[in-house]
Amino acid sequence: MSEAPKDLKYTKSHEWVRTEDDGTVTVGITDHAQELLGDLVFVEAPEAGSSVEAGAACATVESVKAASDIYAPIAGEVTEANEELADSPEKVNESPFDEGWLFRMKPANAGDLDGLMDADAYAAHVEAES
Amino acid sequence: MNTTETKLIFEHSHAGRSAVAQAPQAHAATAIPAHLRRKSAPGLPAASELDVVRHYTRLSQKNFSIDTEFYPLGSCTMKYNPRACNSLAMLPGFLNRHPLAPASHSQGFLQTMYELQEMLREVTGMQDVSLAPMAGAQGEFTGVAMIRAYHDARGDTERREIIVPDAAHGTNPATAIMCGYEVREIPTDETGDVNLEALKEAVGPQTAGIMLTNPSTVGVFERRIEEIAKIVHDAGGLLYYDGANLNAILGKVRPGDMGFDVIHMNLHKTFSTPHGGGGPGSGAVGVGERLLPYMPVPHVEQDGQGGYRLADEADRPETIGRLSAFMGNPGVLLRAYVYMRMLGREGMVRVSEFATLNANYLARELKAAGFDLAYPERRATHEFIVTLKKQAKETGLTAGDVAKRLLDHGFHAPTTYFPLLVPECLLVEPTESESKETLDAFVEAMACILAESADDIDTIKSSPHNLPNRRFNEVAAAKALDLVYQEPADDSADAQPRSGTHG
Repeated sequence: MSEAPKDLKYTKSHEWVRTEDDGTVTVGITDHAQELLGDLVFVEAPEAGSSVEAGAACATVESVKAASDIYAPIAGEVTEANEELADSPEKVNESPFDEGWLFRMKPANAGDLDGLMDADAYAAHVEAES
Repeated sequence: MNTTETKLIFEHSHAGRSAVAQAPQAHAATAIPAHLRRKSAPGLPAASELDVVRHYTRLSQKNFSIDTEFYPLGSCTMKYNPRACNSLAMLPGFLNRHPLAPASHSQGFLQTMYELQEMLREVTGMQDVSLAPMAGAQGEFTGVAMIRAYHDARGDTERREIIVPDAAHGTNPATAIMCGYEVREIPTDETGDVNLEALKEAVGPQTAGIMLTNPSTVGVFERRIEEIAKIVHDAGGLLYYDGANLNAILGKVRPGDMGFDVIHMNLHKTFSTPHGGGGPGSGAVGVGERLLPYMPVPHVEQDGQGGYRLADEADRPETIGRLSAFMGNPGVLLRAYVYMRMLGREGMVRVSEFATLNANYLARELKAAGFDLAYPERRATHEFIVTLKKQAKETGLTAGDVAKRLLDHGFHAPTTYFPLLVPECLLVEPTESESKETLDAFVEAMACILAESADDIDTIKSSPHNLPNRRFNEVAAAKALDLVYQEPADDSADAQPRSGTHG
């Protein structure tokens, strides 16, 4: 079973969300997602300053198998993208919850995070899908 | 025997060597004004004729091809390409015809193209056919551009969405975007059909059309095609038929009769030109009544005096225009013409019957050998999906591993990891060309790999073992692709690939 840290929130489409001290949130893809995708060769992160709607495709990851959309877990404004990934997309495979983060955003409504899954619910979701 | 080529042609280069057959003639460029001629010699390799012949012959011996191996690459229809198609398409009268030659000098060519249009019209049930698109993706572009022209001409400009099922080829959403539309994705249900409820929710006054592949990419025939057509038409949208899988329905049912407004066909696949690796192709497009005014030009028509002519913008003022300087890839069009004439109406039916029979036989045999079918309750079309989800979990055997190990058994791999909605999938398309003996040998190889995975997964994980090249680092191949030859910095004579014959 792949890892799913307890302090994060999760989406059905396999993104994770971490709330930072300054109220922004960091978004990445889960260990399970990177395992399914296989070795990444390209990451296209959203531009800082762009507004995203919940559930909208806002980034792309490409592996040796396929290209896949990444969906914004909640509505808000993108504040920063992980620029390291342009040269080192493999960080997503090696460290999906830490160095392999994709982008940070300022939530439109902090309360939106409550609609996401906790680690146990996500683990059950992964189990049900497989 | 050493048949392994490891060098580039540039690395066979020695200054001063050349091939007699290709030596430029002294007068070849004299008509080109001096200021337009290049000042320095091009960086071509200088190799002897024998070295060149050996280099390319050895490279060809490394190739996996239909002429040497079974090639069940799903979605690609790697069938046998009859030699007759090639030899007749290469008749000097066709080969040497200049594309700007007047119609009076091109009647034979124009007649074959007209008859090809008519045969394709008949086999698809559409109103007319354009041979102009240069490949499948351009055929798609042509089809959706005509849908757009139709809505625009009626002032119906609020239609901005094209509906695409999630199982579609990636070219479908790309085409919709290229034509200025937004893509609305709808899911496939658990039995492989389009989810009708999702379709009903997706359609509306914003719907320009739907792009549908039938049979679909998951290897099943859409069972409710008439309902789909009605839902989309009732909403004011048009129906686009992706003809990638035409091989499964040839001579049996016609997209025109199913209610489609436009279809593209990959003539190089269904009608047999060697293909793969980027062309040349042909994406002929069939259109229904509503799209006739927007067809691309040029288009072959009867001239009213027993001959044929190319219609252009003057004949079709509402045309979406030209797709290339001339009209399609004549070589592919001629091969398709010969292939269809050889088959005839009865032969067309045999193509789809044997393509589907072979696929269903192979699917059943692989199931009996212990493999899981993605849609076991459905009859296969001309192709089907095996999923290695269970094996990947239990022994670590993935679709990619099976693909690599099959090479050691002398078989090209099926398509891997497409369509994406089936985990660890192999999309297998045997085509009508293959014999029962070949299919049985493939099943035997697959069973052998499955047995091997239980006690020696490492041998599979490190395969292929019997080929000149072993397993590639796919990440490095994708990220650090190196396609441009750089001369070594060393300026010794051997490292200078310069032709001495340029004047």
